[in-house]
Amino acid sequence: MTKTGIGASVKRKEDQRFITGNGQYTDDVSRPGHVHAYFLRSPHAHAVIRRLDIAAAKGAPGVLGVFTGDDLAADKIGGLICGWMIHSKDGSAMKAGAHPALAQGKVRYVGDHVAVVIAETLAEARDGAEKIIVDYEVLPAVIDTAGAQAAKTQLHDVAPRNTVFEWAIGDKAATEAAFGAAHHVTKIDLVNNRLVPNAMEPRAAIGEYDPGQGAYTLWTTSQNPHVARLVLSAFIGIAPENKLRVIAPDVGGGFGSKIFIYAEETVAVWASKKVGRPVKWVSDRTEAFLSDAHGRDHVTHAELAMDAKGKILGLRVKTIANLGAYLSTFSSSVPTYLYATLLSGQYDIPAIYAEVDAVYTNTAPVDAYRGAGRPEATFVVERIIETAARQMGLDPADLRKRNFVRKFPHQTPVIMMYDAGDYRASLDKAMEIADVKGFGKRKREAARRGRLRGLGYSTYIEACGIAPSQAVGSLGAGVGLWESAEVRVNPTGSVEVLTGSHAHGQGHETTFAQLVSERLGVPMESINIVHGDTDKVQFGMGTYGSRSGAVGMSAIVKALDKVEAKAKKVAAHLLEASEADIDFKDGKFTVKGTDKSVAFADVALNAYVAHKFPTSEIEPGLKEGAFYDPTNFTFPAGCHICEVEIDPETGVTEIANYTAVDDFGVLINPMIVEGQVHGGIAQGIGQALTEGAVYDASGQLLTASYMDYCMPRADNLPSFKLGFTETRCPSNPLGIKGCGEAGAIAAPAAVMNAMTDALGTEAVTMPATPQAVWKVAQSQQKLAAAE
Amino acid sequence: MAQTPKIAVAMTVNGQDVSARLEARTLLVQYLREGLRLTGTHVGCDTSQCGACVVHVDGKAVKSCTILASQCEGAQVMTIEGLAHGDKLHPMQEAFREHHGLQCGFCTPGMIMTAVDIAQRLGTPDEHTIREELEGNICRCTGYHNIVKAIDAGCQEMAKGQHRQAAE
Repeated sequence: MTKTGIGASVKRKEDQRFITGNGQYTDDVSRPGHVHAYFLRSPHAHAVIRRLDIAAAKGAPGVLGVFTGDDLAADKIGGLICGWMIHSKDGSAMKAGAHPALAQGKVRYVGDHVAVVIAETLAEARDGAEKIIVDYEVLPAVIDTAGAQAAKTQLHDVAPRNTVFEWAIGDKAATEAAFGAAHHVTKIDLVNNRLVPNAMEPRAAIGEYDPGQGAYTLWTTSQNPHVARLVLSAFIGIAPENKLRVIAPDVGGGFGSKIFIYAEETVAVWASKKVGRPVKWVSDRTEAFLSDAHGRDHVTHAELAMDAKGKILGLRVKTIANLGAYLSTFSSSVPTYLYATLLSGQYDIPAIYAEVDAVYTNTAPVDAYRGAGRPEATFVVERIIETAARQMGLDPADLRKRNFVRKFPHQTPVIMMYDAGDYRASLDKAMEIADVKGFGKRKREAARRGRLRGLGYSTYIEACGIAPSQAVGSLGAGVGLWESAEVRVNPTGSVEVLTGSHAHGQGHETTFAQLVSERLGVPMESINIVHGDTDKVQFGMGTYGSRSGAVGMSAIVKALDKVEAKAKKVAAHLLEASEADIDFKDGKFTVKGTDKSVAFADVALNAYVAHKFPTSEIEPGLKEGAFYDPTNFTFPAGCHICEVEIDPETGVTEIANYTAVDDFGVLINPMIVEGQVHGGIAQGIGQALTEGAVYDASGQLLTASYMDYCMPRADNLPSFKLGFTETRCPSNPLGIKGCGEAGAIAAPAAVMNAMTDALGTEAVTMPATPQAVWKVAQSQQKLAAAE
Repeated sequence: MAQTPKIAVAMTVNGQDVSARLEARTLLVQYLREGLRLTGTHVGCDTSQCGACVVHVDGKAVKSCTILASQCEGAQVMTIEGLAHGDKLHPMQEAFREHHGLQCGFCTPGMIMTAVDIAQRLGTPDEHTIREELEGNICRCTGYHNIVKAIDAGCQEMAKGQHRQAAE
């Protein structure tokens, strides 16, 4: 390992600009003469718009334009799309209700977009919006996930019983047979609480139209600017792709919420031509709560069939997934192929059958949020196995060990082919770091202080490196999920790498450069990673699903292979040797068995000068591109152990210890990987203990600010204990599995298994706030007193 | 509609005297970002919880989204852009880089300005105190683990710097 190569904890290149205040986020971009957009949003969860009068607003001071759904329709601007087709059990296509960027006759959630006002200043746009008269006929709202299908009110004409699809996976008959043969059946009912992703940078967009070129530019807070351009061009119809440039500059966190193509950027870029000025929109935090795609929101009943020795025979699951008022960009894939395909967990389960009904409700659209489906699957599997162990009087770690998959590759009953792993190794290591042996003593000591101490495991698995294009195509994806890279070596030997991945906190400018530095022997400071601009990078699929290492870097490897091959040809001429005799190592081309060598930078210069080789055989220049399509998902897995201590008098929970041992395959930069794990765990603990989006029965979002939605603060969390095990991923050249989501996937189950252990009942739901915990603790104490 | 009244405001920002005629309702953060184009100070919420906008006003950490520019008349304001001495980073900035105390970078300017304030008030506080002192700053990326480490290290460095100054 070199000092900056693969495996080195290199300090991040991008930090200099962020710690000095020189980052360039979308709201920091200022265009000459830009004006401001303000969206008038529905105050009702469900209503018909009887009258929409914008005349007074149009005449308000500073207002340049007021637009409604009619204006978009007149310009043939299409609605927002969902790019993943799901078919129901009966073979019918999912029921996608129309999703106009600005309402057409009806609003379906609080925060739905009614009209946009564009004015010289934001204050004038807001003042103008107050002059819009809307006559709403308020309809009953459908809010409850489990009750949506039985509701009398229907959101979309195309979707009877508010049902998007009724989907199933697995072998129903085999699973019924497994339950028929079971010695013990564990049943569990779970709610996976609705979350709001809450990247600290709110969404923002600036649209600009250049009449000379007849072309638009959109700066936007996107995790995948090329996909945004494709959708805005091919489906929404803003402009052809060659007349639309999308730039995602520094982006302040995404966690999934910035994958999607939303109404606001669509309208901002379209309106820039209408008003003849660049149009800027920046979400405030309450708008973000109302209109960013939310995450999770499942109601699940699950049953686990066991034989007498604790071997799992089968699993059956019924989930109702709330997708909100409209189908967001990838929403349909989350509770299906990103969820139920992981229900086998780390276990050898012979038969699995899962049904998922997706429903519409009068709430914000729900889509991928950090982990996307996999946290929900892990929560089901890890909660039910822990419960089964308790019911059968078995040690939860032992029960897991008895059922771990040990031979690879392993075909699960739910599509996935696990390629490599050692689940026992990560469990053992986590138990050692967490000092599970000493837990009994700590529990007794806590009891003497009147505290309830509990310990919970989560041996999770996830599917990352999304995804083999043909495979996802056969499952309904509207796009391929490869990645692209281009390596441009400059004549002086410095290197630019153009990637279709996008960094919004992950540190790609450092990790990607580490790979290039190691391969080409070029110093870190001579390598620039370029991303986030459709005029620079030709195409790319962006960053989500922990794919940028496994897929994005693999594309760079392919391009580097081509650069090396070409450079060898040039070097052979410079060294007057046969190409087959050239070795490349540590930035030097050497003739085998001699001391004749030439440095990489000299080869680069000669490639451009082109004096010393026949250009009829070798083209001048040194620039290569590649597209990499993965051959399988990757399967990061590991074991998280949480230890909590509860004060039954106040309901306050302290995370006393949190241990994570993860197998991410090869680590490029352990410092950055650890940071990803920390952040994921914090979001998972947030889901378990503090966070929950709450709508009241009329559809008002009660948790629409940081006063009401409890983001984890520093004093809610401990320092984490981390460890790693490594089994190389066999399906990509670097052996990487991906690390971005593991913490958020593993943590909720680990925390809730610890909570239920401490409280002595399974009846604890997320978020386990002090009030909720206090109630459970009190009723447990009453029960104990009665016995 | 009546023109919103404007008032004259003068202050010192990062050592430079600045003045402007601003709408009375202008917040300090709006003046810094839009008026002076100091975009290192960020806005992450509407309710004074997130702390992305923390700057120093007369040496104290203040949420610049919750104070009017006009309230800073005559004040010494320091933003993240004013913390380093030329190319030499402030020890707290160094500590955040050294300990990977940032990921997306959005909360970072406010975190660093708060951290400097913590060090100035409390010297070298323990981990528990640092965590409690961060109540007003939200980070969604790091889980705070490395921010706490960075602030601990930055506080130690700042304390050493003061010892050195005292010795000289």
